[in-house]
Amino acid sequence: MDRGRLEESLFDLIRRASTSLPPDVVAAMRRGIAAEGEGASAGTSLELMLENAKQAREGTTPICQDTGALLFFVEYGPDFRQKEIEEAARAATVRATEEYILRPNAVDPVTGANSGNNLGPGSPDFHFNQRDEEGLRVRLLLKGGGSENVGAQYKLPDGRLKAGRDLEGVRKCIIDTVYNAQGKGCAPGVVGVCAGGNRGSSFGWSKEQLLRDLGDTNPDPVLAELENTLMEELNGLGIGPSGFGGKTTVLGVKIGKQHRLPACFFVSVSYTCWAYRKAFMSVQGGEVTYDWD
Amino acid sequence: MIGIKLPVSEEEIRKLKAGDEISITGVMITARDAAHKYLVETGGEDVKDLLRDSMIYHCGPVVKKEGDKYSFVAAGPTTSIREEPYEGPVIAKYGVRGVIGKGGMGPDTLKACAEHGCVYLSAVGGLATTLARSVVEVLDVHKLEEFGVPEAMWVIRVENFPAVVTMDSHGRSVHDEIEKLSRKKYEELLEK
Repeated sequence: MDRGRLEESLFDLIRRASTSLPPDVVAAMRRGIAAEGEGASAGTSLELMLENAKQAREGTTPICQDTGALLFFVEYGPDFRQKEIEEAARAATVRATEEYILRPNAVDPVTGANSGNNLGPGSPDFHFNQRDEEGLRVRLLLKGGGSENVGAQYKLPDGRLKAGRDLEGVRKCIIDTVYNAQGKGCAPGVVGVCAGGNRGSSFGWSKEQLLRDLGDTNPDPVLAELENTLMEELNGLGIGPSGFGGKTTVLGVKIGKQHRLPACFFVSVSYTCWAYRKAFMSVQGGEVTYDWD
Repeated sequence: MIGIKLPVSEEEIRKLKAGDEISITGVMITARDAAHKYLVETGGEDVKDLLRDSMIYHCGPVVKKEGDKYSFVAAGPTTSIREEPYEGPVIAKYGVRGVIGKGGMGPDTLKACAEHGCVYLSAVGGLATTLARSVVEVLDVHKLEEFGVPEAMWVIRVENFPAVVTMDSHGRSVHDEIEKLSRKKYEELLEK
């Protein structure tokens, strides 16, 4: 695939992510509206959110003005080069910023200067994996700052939570994060969790859980059960859409694991807002497809 | 739905109660982290007249420039709690009557609202395209070069901008109430 077409496809991927809410998220919000019941103001809030998403899609404008950090998860075969993909993604990012699909969101922490085009050290954030089969798979997350701020990492045991070094301890950390977030991370949110790993890999893996479909079932039956239990428990907190109260506090709980050092037990919780922006694409034999419209 | 026209009097603001749904029309100004620091540390000469009896919107918009005219493309609220150390002094110093954002603010802001006649209003977080349609005109911008697009102080004219009073000038905060309610459940879940 030539560089121009690759860049164009990646631009389209960014456009889709920023301006259209994925079908699994829309479906989860519809379930929320049904759960809130007729006439509930929490349900009205959810409807406003869906209406906003509809307007964003129709007008090709960002669902949320905080178009977030760009996280590219890339798998590429022998017919692609990492450097070329990265260059094309950078160019697509600049163009998306120029076309108001993205807000300039990369700020130098020392000088305070905004780079103006979303490029800078660590921006976009690339995760590359080589594979044997030909072709390319790119999954993009646009992760907003408000929800990123309410994420948290725990080190078990945690005395404050009375959380031990077991699955029950993991459960308590997740409850703590969602309680502390209240409406600040734009509830209803989705939580991606990693039990284990080191500080860096753990947070990374918690974000990768956000690439899962909201309707899927965790292949690990123990984690699948914990996810189901937590969905119910977290929605019982009563925080609700925007933190104004209601039965819909989370749209999904996705838990992964990594082996840990005997001495370490980290639990990393990444929170994403209801404006859960992701888009996936595949390239096979020069043919570009997107997972949804 | 209660209509509020800016500039607004202290008397009118004091009538508002937590839970009231309002619709705002008039000129307001966006300010977030860099702007709040600036407003506290300086005399805010370029915006102080605009702020009196008006409202601050915690928002870092996506802004389109055509010729020398700006317009808002996406403009939902940002998380307000980051401005907690600054908001009380800003309300006191500039005579601001309303602060619009998301997620609520803390005890210092609640106290300043009571003392100086101000309210905190919640807009629905993430409603960027819908709310940008309520911003009918961008009149001016301050500190654009220095702060960058999201952090600059944008002077905007809004029409029927929807928001809910979640902290009033009588010491009531919906955010505190929800937190208290969820605290009980939270403690039960941790004990389980």
